[in-house]
Amino acid sequence: MKTPSYYGFWHHLGNRLLKLFSWLVLLFLILPILVIVPLSFNAEPFFSFTEGMLRLQPDAWSLRWYEQVFSDPRWLLAIKNSFIIGFFATLLATVLGTCAAVGLARAEMPLRRFITALLLSPMIVPLIITAAGMFFFYSSLNLAGSHLGVIIAHAALGTPFVIITVTATLTGFDYSLARAALNLGASPLRVFLDVILPLIRPGVISGALFAFITSFDEVVVVLFMAGPQQRTIPRQMFSGLREQINPSILAVATLLILLSIVLLLTLELLRRRAERMRGIEIPQ
Amino acid sequence: MDDQAGDRPFLQFRNVKKTYDHKTLVVKDFNLDVAKGEFITLLGPSGSGKTTCLMMLAGFEDVTSGEILIDGRQVTSIAPYRRNIGMVFQQYALFPHMTIRENLGYPLKIRKQSREQIDQQVEQYLALIELQHFGGRYPAQLSGGQRQRVALARALIFNPDIVLMDEPLGALDKKLREQMQFEIKRLHDQLGFTVIYVTHDQTEALTMSDRIAVFDQGVVQQCAPPHVLYERPANLFVADFIGESNKLRGAIEAVEADSVRVRLEDGGLVSALKANCCDLGQPTTVSIRPEKLTFTERLGDAGNRVRARFVTSHYVGEYIRYHFETANGSELVVKNMNDSSAPPLAPGDEIALAWLPQDSQALDGQEAPKPV
Repeated sequence: MKTPSYYGFWHHLGNRLLKLFSWLVLLFLILPILVIVPLSFNAEPFFSFTEGMLRLQPDAWSLRWYEQVFSDPRWLLAIKNSFIIGFFATLLATVLGTCAAVGLARAEMPLRRFITALLLSPMIVPLIITAAGMFFFYSSLNLAGSHLGVIIAHAALGTPFVIITVTATLTGFDYSLARAALNLGASPLRVFLDVILPLIRPGVISGALFAFITSFDEVVVVLFMAGPQQRTIPRQMFSGLREQINPSILAVATLLILLSIVLLLTLELLRRRAERMRGIEIPQ
Repeated sequence: MDDQAGDRPFLQFRNVKKTYDHKTLVVKDFNLDVAKGEFITLLGPSGSGKTTCLMMLAGFEDVTSGEILIDGRQVTSIAPYRRNIGMVFQQYALFPHMTIRENLGYPLKIRKQSREQIDQQVEQYLALIELQHFGGRYPAQLSGGQRQRVALARALIFNPDIVLMDEPLGALDKKLREQMQFEIKRLHDQLGFTVIYVTHDQTEALTMSDRIAVFDQGVVQQCAPPHVLYERPANLFVADFIGESNKLRGAIEAVEADSVRVRLEDGGLVSALKANCCDLGQPTTVSIRPEKLTFTERLGDAGNRVRARFVTSHYVGEYIRYHFETANGSELVVKNMNDSSAPPLAPGDEIALAWLPQDSQALDGQEAPKPV
């Protein structure tokens, strides 16, 4: 960045310090995550860099922890569970959240603010309270310790994200398009499927991604609700930290970081697409 | 249901009323008969209830009371998507995620027509609006005028009973608007559909319509063909709203078969056609169009005369606007064709202004409501 010509010595000094401080904050945020990646390729069962690794000796690095993850039935079950629960929780949250957002966007909907606040409450209420409440409630329904229970619980946590993203795409939605479709003979259901849904799709998909991530790295509710058969990846990492102290956790963590990066890139692509779509919606 | 389908108006509004808040009526007792193939314009200032009438016909607003009949069939209890009424929206409302071809085919797809039928009709209508090479584009890739043409074709393609147009040209610039007026008229003549057109632009209304219903305050002030509306306005609002009017106040002195004699406030006696006045002695306003008034000798001795003082003139080009003032302060505007034989005038000059009795109307009341 070019500094203005009226800058004096103290201005320049302050400017440099501000830049330095900004970089330090960035490192503070990202370093704990980045340090995991090289450690996961450790050839020794340690959570620290060995001398060989620092000297970049090839035999000090290995993929053994990745191998171990993919050959350990507990990890494999956890990965399978995470994806099954994540998928169905996302599906449920997306359908419910989209319907809620479309309904709440209508001007004639009574008690809009109140209902919105209610629906978003799982985001605000401390997770441990939600989890404890769910545990007692779902236990009485015999849902605790089942896949279905965890799926429903995660769907409840993911729905607010879908509501928020879909509501965002619905603001500024041109409802004369819906009227036009009705006028052309489309029933309200077809209006939704043919006109509204395609136009809010970016919001629906990014809401779904958020819902998936929410389910995928959720551990508190799983601790309460899941039995040994419903252990997810975070839950397995949690017990792994205590029981099997070896870097296979780090290998899983690296894989999760990779997945997060892929999801974030998807979101970014969606955002760009949404911007192009908005360009289409504005006349002239 | 009566049996005489031939005599029955195609579309009828009967005593239609609409209120949003159960206190004020936005539309007060709207009655209108429309023949098949007619081009009717609802004209009025914003907030006069014209768009509400259109929305009630399309089914987007409920009717508070009264009935709307199409071909003798009550439509108020039919869902909007079953009414088979086409509509052109002000902002086009083309589906941005569909190509032009898909937009045009959508109403046909809904009606479960076969692929070949749809393709054939879409091509036919693309040709009709002269956009054959644009079928694969998205609405965002078209200009405003092209989008408007697509919106028009989409409202016509499923052969609706009636086509509604809600200020469809409002977003276009003046030149494009004139082209589109011509385009709409051409399609109307060619295809013969029934049109209910809403606008606040009187030129648009006058040039396109078979009949115009002038709205104000939720009431139809007059419903008549354009030339009747202009030449024989039914009341002061219409005289004021359509075109320009000079107004001279006076009282009825004599009533004849279809004309009256009016004693003006400044003492002169003039005759005018009888409009919605007239009882002996009642106050009245005589309305004269600026182009019917003259200060040249072209009328000779025939007609009415009033003396006025010249104030100023504006050079417009094909005509010149002259402003005069009568002795008691009424302002009179004269539009005179740009004619070199007109006498030169200096501010303060007093001169006689003349017009033919049949070019003026005696209207009731004296205060014209100001058009909004």
